[in-house]
Amino acid sequence: MVVGTARVAEVLVEFADTLVDDYDLIEFLQRVTFRTAEITQADAVGLLLADPKDKLHFMAASDETTRLLELFQVQQAEGPCLDAFRTATPVVNTDLRTASARWPLFAPEAVRSGFGAVHAIPMRLRSQVIGALNMFSAQPGRLTADDVRVVQALADVATIAILQERALRRSEMLTEQLHAALNSRIVIEQAKGALARIHAVDVDQAFVLLRDYCRSHNLKLRDVAQAVVTEPRGVPGLTRD
Amino acid sequence: MEQDPARDAVWRWVGAQPPDGAADRDGADGVVGLMSRLCRAAVLVLPAAGVGVSVLDDDGFSGVVAASDPASRELEELQFTLGEGPCQEAHATGRPVLTPELDPSTSSRWPAYAGQAYERGVRAVFAVPVQVGLRRLGVLDFYRRRPGVLEPGGLARARAFADVAADILVDGQDRATPGYLADGLEDALSYRYVVYQAQGMVMVDLGVSLDEALVRLRAHAYVTERPIADVAADIVAGRLRLEADPHQEGAPEGEADG
Repeated sequence: MVVGTARVAEVLVEFADTLVDDYDLIEFLQRVTFRTAEITQADAVGLLLADPKDKLHFMAASDETTRLLELFQVQQAEGPCLDAFRTATPVVNTDLRTASARWPLFAPEAVRSGFGAVHAIPMRLRSQVIGALNMFSAQPGRLTADDVRVVQALADVATIAILQERALRRSEMLTEQLHAALNSRIVIEQAKGALARIHAVDVDQAFVLLRDYCRSHNLKLRDVAQAVVTEPRGVPGLTRD
Repeated sequence: MEQDPARDAVWRWVGAQPPDGAADRDGADGVVGLMSRLCRAAVLVLPAAGVGVSVLDDDGFSGVVAASDPASRELEELQFTLGEGPCQEAHATGRPVLTPELDPSTSSRWPAYAGQAYERGVRAVFAVPVQVGLRRLGVLDFYRRRPGVLEPGGLARARAFADVAADILVDGQDRATPGYLADGLEDALSYRYVVYQAQGMVMVDLGVSLDEALVRLRAHAYVTERPIADVAADIVAGRLRLEADPHQEGAPEGEADG
């Protein structure tokens, strides 16, 4: 590896600093690919993530030429990234010129695109593997064990950033759902009471009135309920003519 | 996901609590089952004489999700009946409300609540918001039978419990049908619905706003020294109707307990 350990340390600190602050995920993933290219002297670096069906998708790259994008696309079916993703272990130092048996679709394509070497590092946290970091070089170079450890560290930090952002988004979405559901529930009960009085029926019958009104006017329960409690005699067809 | 040892520790405490009869239809690991276990764990760890967790919406309307014991549940309900107390305040401000010395004779804070809580043996009460980011979902209350400030680390511990209470609510919502509350939570809060129904009825009967209707309900409960849920049940069942002039409200018709 050409870059010294000081630069590697700088990059890791840069990544770690990002995690504790607000960050744009795609912009961060982009930076991961650029820094990885710099540190490994690779000609191109790409980051692929798996969807819930375990299919790898391109997320960010240091170079987005069409040929490169196609090489990422091919790896949904076979290739070093898929192997690294499935086995959760690095797939490194494969000479593409002799890899046609292993990757009959990917290897010739990569060679045609001018690449001699490819490496893939799994993006993982404990037992979870979420994708892979993909490095391409024109020259068939070799990553040493130390090099692999460094790139794995970069991949690990990127993994944490992604999982953290996913957890946060899920939390926020569910919290808003809970908040809205609670609000809805309460206002619907209040409207049931109001309607029960206005129409001189019990609360269960009041609910039927409310529900039927919403259905025939294609309105949401919560919205009509809110209208009833805001202006009890003001809902056309329900509490006034 | 985050490295949060305090939160992990609370989860371990919760896990160590045996389930009890408060489990909802989702079992000991449902929203109510877990929250009940959280309240009991908090009694041991904070420590406290009693702990309760309520959810509240933007307008301060609420429901008790779980409490460590019936007395604590009553104290939670009391705050709703009276419309005042540390729980309401913590929710409104989004900050912890710490009352290390509850003494109605020396403080005019929450006059009605403080007096009744004091009579029930409460000498210190603390309320911590249960929130996710900026969104407030509810409050965790705990009280003690001896006055005194929280010991060092006490507030941090309470916040860790509040964080896990938020986790429990969020996880519960993950299993709920979108747009609805989790089954167990729905069941737990349904006892309160009669109050909201009565509120709608009083709003129409008296031609007042929703807020004013609740004030009137609370006033009636206070004057008759009954829990607001009982007054509401009478109104919804047609046994009681609030009058525009409160002085015209005589004994409710056919009230069971005379």
